Amino acid sequence: MDRREFVIRVVSPLLFTIALFVAWEAVCKALDVPLTILPAPSDVFAALWQYRKPIWDNSFVTLWTTLAGFLIATLFGLALGIAVGWHRALYAGIYPVLIGFNSIPKVAVVPVLILWFGLGEIPAVITAFLISFFPIVVNVATGLATTEPELEDVLRALGASKLDIMRKVGIPRSLPYFFGSLKVAITLAFVGAVVSETVGANKGIGKLMLDAQAAFQVPIVFAGLIVLAVLGIVLYAATAAIEARFTGWAFRGQANR
Amino acid sequence: MAYGRGAAAVKAVEEVSLEIAHGEFIAVVGPSGCGKSSLMKLIAGLHAPASGSLTVDGKPIAGPLKSVGMAFQNSNLLPWRTALENVLLPLEIVEPYRRDFSREKYSGKAKALLESVGLQGFTEKHPWELSGGMQQRTSICRALIHEPEILLLDEPFGALDAFTREELWCALRDLQAARKVTVMLVTHDLREAVFLADTVYVMSSRPGRIVRRCAVPLPRPRDLEVTYTPAFQDVVHELRALIRG
Repeated sequence: MDRREFVIRVVSPLLFTIALFVAWEAVCKALDVPLTILPAPSDVFAALWQYRKPIWDNSFVTLWTTLAGFLIATLFGLALGIAVGWHRALYAGIYPVLIGFNSIPKVAVVPVLILWFGLGEIPAVITAFLISFFPIVVNVATGLATTEPELEDVLRALGASKLDIMRKVGIPRSLPYFFGSLKVAITLAFVGAVVSETVGANKGIGKLMLDAQAAFQVPIVFAGLIVLAVLGIVLYAATAAIEARFTGWAFRGQANR
Repeated sequence: MAYGRGAAAVKAVEEVSLEIAHGEFIAVVGPSGCGKSSLMKLIAGLHAPASGSLTVDGKPIAGPLKSVGMAFQNSNLLPWRTALENVLLPLEIVEPYRRDFSREKYSGKAKALLESVGLQGFTEKHPWELSGGMQQRTSICRALIHEPEILLLDEPFGALDAFTREELWCALRDLQAARKVTVMLVTHDLREAVFLADTVYVMSSRPGRIVRRCAVPLPRPRDLEVTYTPAFQDVVHELRALIRG
């Protein structure tokens, strides 16, 4: 990374974030906003430090339920996406149901899950899974469906079976779509886990924020929001790094020219 | 022979009989849309004939032939594979190579092939790092790596500029001379056909029919200079007249 690159990729987002917090702080102090409406960043970070132990414990629960749901969604989404992309009849059959299912707000499903599995981490894992598998299925199926027939012809001319074509062309070709969808899915899984915790749970950042809100501990609510934002960025960055590692060829315009 | 279904069925090729001797280089020329490419796809087994039949060595063609190597107008290289990996692709598919395929075992063979078309030093490059001519060379290597009985080329140089095209003519000429492969080249470039082929077949418009078989009298090995000789020009003229009429 040369100097210019460093400024663009590290310094500029850092400056922007700091400026945002400074502006927030300035507005709160200038207008004398009450702590119970909008706490200033200084109050939020103070609360973050003061309650670091419960915040850390609950963040950890949210993190693992998110990741568990995301992992299941990845495996399931990949398998279903390949199946749907493999066969047009399957595609036509499953698609309407998938869209219908995806249209249901997942917050409406959580009470049912709690009814089935009780309060605890399982409803959060399942909600994270339910909300995040859809983009993976759609993207993998799209990647397979948009494979250039010319590329397939190369293999068909060699007498390749459909499985061969899938392995050598279809799947590698749809990997950029797959990894692209993971970036969307990881943030969705996170939303799903937190939504489930705010509806009913005994642990997690969502639950912590709900309790803090009930006790008018607004700085803690905002501390929770900051933690959510940071975790979201970290998870997104991790998926983006995996994407770049596996599908560098699809990003050649940025990396190699 | 026709292919396609129902109303979309196209009678593309009619009564075509081609004879290709082992090691011969034939070219099929004709106006745009005369069914040259359809004929080639039928031979390769990429299209199944809807009516009529197709035989090679007296046997009907049901699906893609195992003994065919094919290159298209676009190089159709897989962008996530390096040049070397692209060339190795057929060995991962075609028997008997597939049975014991390993990269280590065959990369020497693939590298030698790439070197023979002047691509030493580019084997580890990805397609987008190669020029159009280099991509097309790689594509031809890929069509040859599994030692097919016949190499089918569907306007392989159509998308290249004039200089690169002549360069690749020579590369293909040398490759064919060295390996004695049987080649069927489909093209609309008469100079290309006459320069490269032993025999040129002229096709007429839909439904495609062979209207003339023309043996090229020029001795081998041919140099690019031959394309400026009267003898060469005469053959080109003769073919041009057939296509015009």
